[in-house]
Amino acid sequence: MIDLDDTDRALLRLLAQDATQGAGALGRVLGISQPSAWRRIRRLEEAGVIRGRRIGVDRAALGFGVTVFLGIKLATKGRVSLEDFERAVTAIPEVQVVQHVLGLFDYRLRVVARDLADFERVLRRRIMTLPGVGQVEANVLLSEEPRPGPLGTPAPPDRAA
Amino acid sequence: MRNFIQKLAIGEMSIQIDDTDRRLIRHLLADPDLSTADLATRAGVTAATCWRRLDRLRGAGVIRPAHAVIDWRALGYEVEVSLRFTLDKTNPRAFDEFIAGAREVPEVIGIETFLGRVDVRLNVIARDMGHYQEVYRRRILTLPHIADIEALMLVATIKDDGALPV
Repeated sequence: MIDLDDTDRALLRLLAQDATQGAGALGRVLGISQPSAWRRIRRLEEAGVIRGRRIGVDRAALGFGVTVFLGIKLATKGRVSLEDFERAVTAIPEVQVVQHVLGLFDYRLRVVARDLADFERVLRRRIMTLPGVGQVEANVLLSEEPRPGPLGTPAPPDRAA
Repeated sequence: MRNFIQKLAIGEMSIQIDDTDRRLIRHLLADPDLSTADLATRAGVTAATCWRRLDRLRGAGVIRPAHAVIDWRALGYEVEVSLRFTLDKTNPRAFDEFIAGAREVPEVIGIETFLGRVDVRLNVIARDMGHYQEVYRRRILTLPHIADIEALMLVATIKDDGALPV
């Protein structure tokens, strides 16, 4: 496991907000040189701490007005292979996230749809027909707020800008 | 002022997105590190068109700058739990006060609100089960207006590629 100092944590916090800033700009914010910032970013990437980059999109503007989280319980555990279920559910384009969980449900899915009618179509035609699917619970997402997590207290806004 | 903000919001929402925009976004979602030139080639447009389109999509807030995805396991956070809360809705301040409290907990990496049986979901990470137990007892159970909690412990993420069927 990689050890982080305060500068690494501040760097991660900045990159988690905007990964398009160059090492020079990040270095200036953090008070370190451009090569030093670059080396730190490389190290974080090589250690797998930065898993990748992802653009943010306005789903509503692209016509996806509804995001629903589904909790799915498999009906016939033992008879249906988890691999079959996972392969089938992963192939559905509207399913963005598939997580295997322990608790009330076996899987958690994040599903996008154009509207509630479109969601119903996805649910009936694609989800309910999955191999071994049992009880399904749906919760419509109203808001989501990613948090910085345990990376220490953020820099004051004037420094982070 | 309020009217102005509303007009601005409506203006942003009314941006027309055509197939070329969708193609650009699809490629960017799959590979955010693409240069404008490479993106243009893949989407079958000129670099100038690509640049202009991206500028317009960014200006309208349809696409936002790429952000880094942090792998908390690589930082030693082995446990991830999805905590689903039902709140005591007899108190009109329940949502605001609960969420304000949750923002103060460093181990909370995401807050979501829902329409359904679940009101709020918190994504909580911890180094191990002992640490989780401590966070759960000291920081989570002490949050205000909780009526019920259910926990789903993450075993594995099978798919999470951020793709959209655009």
